[in-house]
Amino acid sequence: MAKQRWFSIRRDMTPRARLALGIASFLLPLLLWCIVSYVPFVWHPKVLISDPGAVDYMEPGMLVDKDVFNDEVRNMRQEKLAPPKGSPANPVYLPAPHEVAKAFYTAFTTPPAQSDDPWLHQSLWHSIKIIFWGFLLSSVIGVPLGIICGTYGRLARLVEPFIEFFRYLPAPAFGALMVAILGIYDGPKVAIIVIGTLFQQVLVIANTARKLDFTLLEAAMTLGTTRFKLITHVVVPGILPDLYRDQRILLGWAWTYLIVAELVGTSSGITWFITQQARYQHFDNVYAAIMMIGILGLGFDLLLARLGKRLFPWDQATGKA
Amino acid sequence: MNTEQPLYLQQEPAVRERFARIREREVILEVKHLGKTYDSAQGPVHALKDINFRIHRRELICVIGPSGCGKSTLIRMLAGLDNHSAGEILLDGKSVDGPGSDRGMVFQGYTLFPWLTVKQNVMFGPRMQGQGKTQAEREALQWLELVGLEKFADAYPHQLSGGMKQRVAIARALVNQPRILLMDEPFGALDAQTRAKMQAHLLDIWKNIDLTILFITHDLDEATYLADRILVLKAHPGEVQEFIEVPVPRPRHPGQNLTEAYRATKARLEELIHPPEPPASEEEEIKPHLIRLTRVNDNVE
Ligand SMILES: Nc1ncnc2c1ncn2[C@@H]1O[C@H](COP(=O)(O)OP(=O)(O)OP(=O)(O)O)[C@@H](O)[C@H]1O
Ligand SMILES: [Mg+2]
Repeated sequence: MAKQRWFSIRRDMTPRARLALGIASFLLPLLLWCIVSYVPFVWHPKVLISDPGAVDYMEPGMLVDKDVFNDEVRNMRQEKLAPPKGSPANPVYLPAPHEVAKAFYTAFTTPPAQSDDPWLHQSLWHSIKIIFWGFLLSSVIGVPLGIICGTYGRLARLVEPFIEFFRYLPAPAFGALMVAILGIYDGPKVAIIVIGTLFQQVLVIANTARKLDFTLLEAAMTLGTTRFKLITHVVVPGILPDLYRDQRILLGWAWTYLIVAELVGTSSGITWFITQQARYQHFDNVYAAIMMIGILGLGFDLLLARLGKRLFPWDQATGKA
Repeated sequence: MNTEQPLYLQQEPAVRERFARIREREVILEVKHLGKTYDSAQGPVHALKDINFRIHRRELICVIGPSGCGKSTLIRMLAGLDNHSAGEILLDGKSVDGPGSDRGMVFQGYTLFPWLTVKQNVMFGPRMQGQGKTQAEREALQWLELVGLEKFADAYPHQLSGGMKQRVAIARALVNQPRILLMDEPFGALDAQTRAKMQAHLLDIWKNIDLTILFITHDLDEATYLADRILVLKAHPGEVQEFIEVPVPRPRHPGQNLTEAYRATKARLEELIHPPEPPASEEEEIKPHLIRLTRVNDNVE
């Protein structure tokens, strides 16, 4: 019975079950992380020294490999000297959940090391602006072009083969070129996001437009719709819910190009923050910043999904997305 | 009465008089030497060849024929959705070129715009012709009332049953006041009861407004019940076999299917559509090869 419920195919579930599963999908990885962090005999390949004893190179707070630590304990015992003391620990690149949680708070409240450096929230805001302009610019070109390609076969044939080729060129490869053309500040960063998103966008949206039921177009024609009104009154409203879903997925795409884009020219935004913190081995801050990106992206997507349900009451697929 | 004539050609005086009156009405649609050839990978396919007929104002014409004889091809050319490769289509004496609102179309599949409410769907045609919103809305509601769906004006198509969807599709086509309403198996996807209701409803509409209808079906009863005249096509190549004047008197009602005129007409249609010795057509060449997949003595018959 339970097995049947878990593997029932495309069945609707109660809102409570949806919520519970949604929360569980976050709790499971968190649980795994907690186990690795807090249960001493799981992994913990290092030892955090609390008392170096007679070992001359050890200091309190130092992380050493478990093997090295055990060797030293044996050595000291043989020589009848004070053995070092310590507790099992994970490497510095895997901070415990509570440390990251704390960093989450302190990262926002700690002033930057240098007074003219940006605060974390300023870095984040800068990143969001880059994404916004990149995605907007890409959409202004990509959405109309995609719709046109999906509607007029000849134009599609003229445009799509080249785009098909261009989308395989990795966007980061254009970094140096974009810096040469657009300078070292935000110009090339926005450009990288546009290059990374636009070509996929045209193809994805053209495909969506092509999937519109052709008899709807025919029905509209027999009702006296002219060729140009066909696009604005049938194609666009007909694909709008799918177009909206495509845009949500493509926005995720734009986020993945963010990190590369921000390394181009003068490093900036959340990427600058992450590289700075990694340099000082503040990995709790690094994780906090990475999670911040995830939370922002997911939060925004959830917001858009909510909005979609309002915008397209006739669409039965958005209700489930 | 001439007893040597086949039964289906014998008409009561009232029926004969009615057909005489119809013939005096102006011709709405005239089709001359119409032909359609598809270029396919296996060479040209002659879907239709030398089709000729005329339809008068306020006639209800049904087109029947075996599957693949080119009924859809014909109606799509009349609607202007496909080009014809030979001949001429004249609507009110003017040559047809491309789709237009003077020919309404109801499709077999559901083609309501899912993003518009029922009312907005019906308003679509007038709006495309540049009519104002309030005027279009008033007309839409009027036609929705005619098909009995004014209560569902603000519902979306996905909330309607199949029969209701086709009613809206009819209203959506009629609001444009087309010269002719083209219907390609519009009730084909409906269950038998809904279908009978829709047929009666269509006759009601047709009676009450100045409307000429060309109706495709493969259901002989549907054709005999609805039509003034039935255009019978044959396949490979698609040609007109006979244009039958249905001798069943009007007003029609379902009880008439036991009358002699009705049975004679249907018998004639059967004879034309399912000839006693069928020539080997593509369809007949498909012979399933049945193997027995059950125990030898496990018989159901
Ligand atoms: N695009 C096409 N290319 C080639 N041949 C076609 C094409 N469309 C239709 N045909 C052929 O034309 C003939 C008529 O097709 P059509 O769809 O008009 O038949 P129909 O009478 O409507 O059949 P049905 O009763 O099954 O709806 C068929 O033999 C079909 O194979
Ligand atoms: Mg057909």
